[in-house]
Amino acid sequence: MAETQEILEGAMAVAHAVARCRPEVIAAYPITPQTHISEELSQIVADGDLDAEFVKVESEFGAASVVCGASAAGARTYTATSSQGLLLMNEVLWNIAGMRLPVVLACANRSLSAPLSIWCDHQDAEAIRDCGVIQLYAEDNQEACDQHLIAFKVAEDRRVLLPAMVNLDGFLLTHVFEPTIIPDQALSDQYLPPYKAVLKLDIDDPATFGAFTEPDKCMEGRWMVHDACRRSLPVIEEASAEFEKVFGRASGGLLENYKTDDAETILVAKGSISGTIKDVIDEMRDEGTKVGLMRIKTYRPWPGEAVLAALKGAKQVAVIERGGSFGAGGIMTPEVKETLYDAGLRIPVSGFCVQLGGREVPPDGIREIIDRVSSGEKQTAYEYFRLKQELLPDLVPEV
Amino acid sequence: MLKEIRIHGRGGQGSVTAAEVLAKAAFRDGIISQAFPAFGSERMGAPVQAFVRLSDKPIRTRAVIAEPDYLIVQDPTLFGQVDIFGGIKKGGMAVVNTEKPEDVDVPDGVTLRPVPGTKIAMEVIGRPIPNMVMVGAFAGMTGLVSLESIQEAVKERFGGKVGEMNAEAVAKAYNAAKQEK
Amino acid sequence: MANKLLSTEKLSIGCVAPPGASLVNKTGAWRTQRPVFKQKDCIGCRACDLACPEGCVFGDPKKKQFDFDPDYCKGCGICAAECPVDDIDMVMEEK
Repeated sequence: MAETQEILEGAMAVAHAVARCRPEVIAAYPITPQTHISEELSQIVADGDLDAEFVKVESEFGAASVVCGASAAGARTYTATSSQGLLLMNEVLWNIAGMRLPVVLACANRSLSAPLSIWCDHQDAEAIRDCGVIQLYAEDNQEACDQHLIAFKVAEDRRVLLPAMVNLDGFLLTHVFEPTIIPDQALSDQYLPPYKAVLKLDIDDPATFGAFTEPDKCMEGRWMVHDACRRSLPVIEEASAEFEKVFGRASGGLLENYKTDDAETILVAKGSISGTIKDVIDEMRDEGTKVGLMRIKTYRPWPGEAVLAALKGAKQVAVIERGGSFGAGGIMTPEVKETLYDAGLRIPVSGFCVQLGGREVPPDGIREIIDRVSSGEKQTAYEYFRLKQELLPDLVPEV
Repeated sequence: MLKEIRIHGRGGQGSVTAAEVLAKAAFRDGIISQAFPAFGSERMGAPVQAFVRLSDKPIRTRAVIAEPDYLIVQDPTLFGQVDIFGGIKKGGMAVVNTEKPEDVDVPDGVTLRPVPGTKIAMEVIGRPIPNMVMVGAFAGMTGLVSLESIQEAVKERFGGKVGEMNAEAVAKAYNAAKQEK
Repeated sequence: MANKLLSTEKLSIGCVAPPGASLVNKTGAWRTQRPVFKQKDCIGCRACDLACPEGCVFGDPKKKQFDFDPDYCKGCGICAAECPVDDIDMVMEEK
């Protein structure tokens, strides 16, 4: 096997991993911190190392529309974006999912405006949570690369036929140099055969994609997206198992359960913050605290059964989020609660919003959260962790 | 063994490239490495930071390095503008590009290792970009990374004549630092 | 339609529909007024044809004769309003 680790930037590694998937049409618009992915892909195409059409577009709306059309015409397609760019794609993403087109995209997770921030959190991806796009989350750059192959495999599976998005934390992964294996081309070809569309646009055999439906049919059309997304759960597991068989490393799956077996306190998180959490868990384990991490790798579809299996023995759960639903609370926190509630479990679940707009949560912050929930602190409200009260003005201005 | 290095410089001085080259060179030596910039302030002349971790175990954390073992300071004019020594460990080492080490106010328990980085860069490369010189000096002083690996990483990073010149600058700084050591 | 996955009875994956599916919608039933193409002063400019939002005006500019498809004409009157020589009248539909 010709695979070796090398030190390279996350975005570069992802671009080369995507090229190994042999996408036929790529359309992307630059946005920090995604830009290096599409820039490098355009270089790879220009160098003649990938036989693909790289379409330069005027916006992310254009990028999503190009891959929508190209995918409908039967091509394997890819795009990448971030933050406001993902939101600009939003309308098209619902169409892509509804038309059941296996577009793969990357989101270099970044905060949303306003206030303007270029740094990492998960508000962008969570804002499009409900549109039928499969969402995978990487902890490190190896996983970000490998999840792209798995994403194509799952998206194009006839049981699924949905778009899939690989989330990698902006800057924290995209701009970090670390040891990464670019998947070998021969192994990639073995794992991911050419895409063959079930239905496609064909001038000799015309059809209407995403046709108009009256109220008597629309609901069934939308339900099929829900159904396909749920069906993708076992497909993701299969595709991950096959990935491990072909490449010899585990990168996919629904969850990673880190020291959860006997854990009294379990943290729930996704993305690169998990690395810091694991380091803290190791330290606290040495001190005798029974703590573990359930890391979400597949966020949509929601892996409810796996979540229940991982959490059911815990005495308390803390969900570490990088976003929230203004006026309600967390995003993952209520999902975790729902899963436990439906199983008749009343394990206390506390939600913490951390790292919005790239704010660093040092290990002592993770430790504080673990200490607080482990000591039985009953928390009902979703907490914006370490909010700087001293920065807040009079919240109701006097005129 | 986890060694954490914080590089201070100004936008345009190649601090991020220094971190990249150091990480790549260490990896050639069989050390697991990680390099990343302090994101967002990459403007010409603005104070910037870059970070390198070297370890014998996979590096999971991506937190900014708050308590470095080593500092590499590319520009002495940063003292007084930025809290360069902030968080440095007792017994830590600061490799500073300066010809006036007496002007640097070093905290107790920290070793100052001055390097005439800009001077060497001008002599060898002909441009006042000291980043590779500083990496070479750092390696010579600490012995953490081999000269050969840095030179290979430099050649790979820059290629051609620029690569050759930088590799030469690295060797000059490395050997000078080693003798001093 | 060649593709066996498509039918007019059931939805398909992605709600892909055979072409011309909207032909079953005979929008002519919505009409309260109908155009009368007098074919008297017509200059063959095609304004009626081009302006029709349903695409149901047809004719031959050389012969200067136009008419409409009653199955789909909604009776909107745009053709009559656009005709530069007043050669189209709108009259009450009698059913």
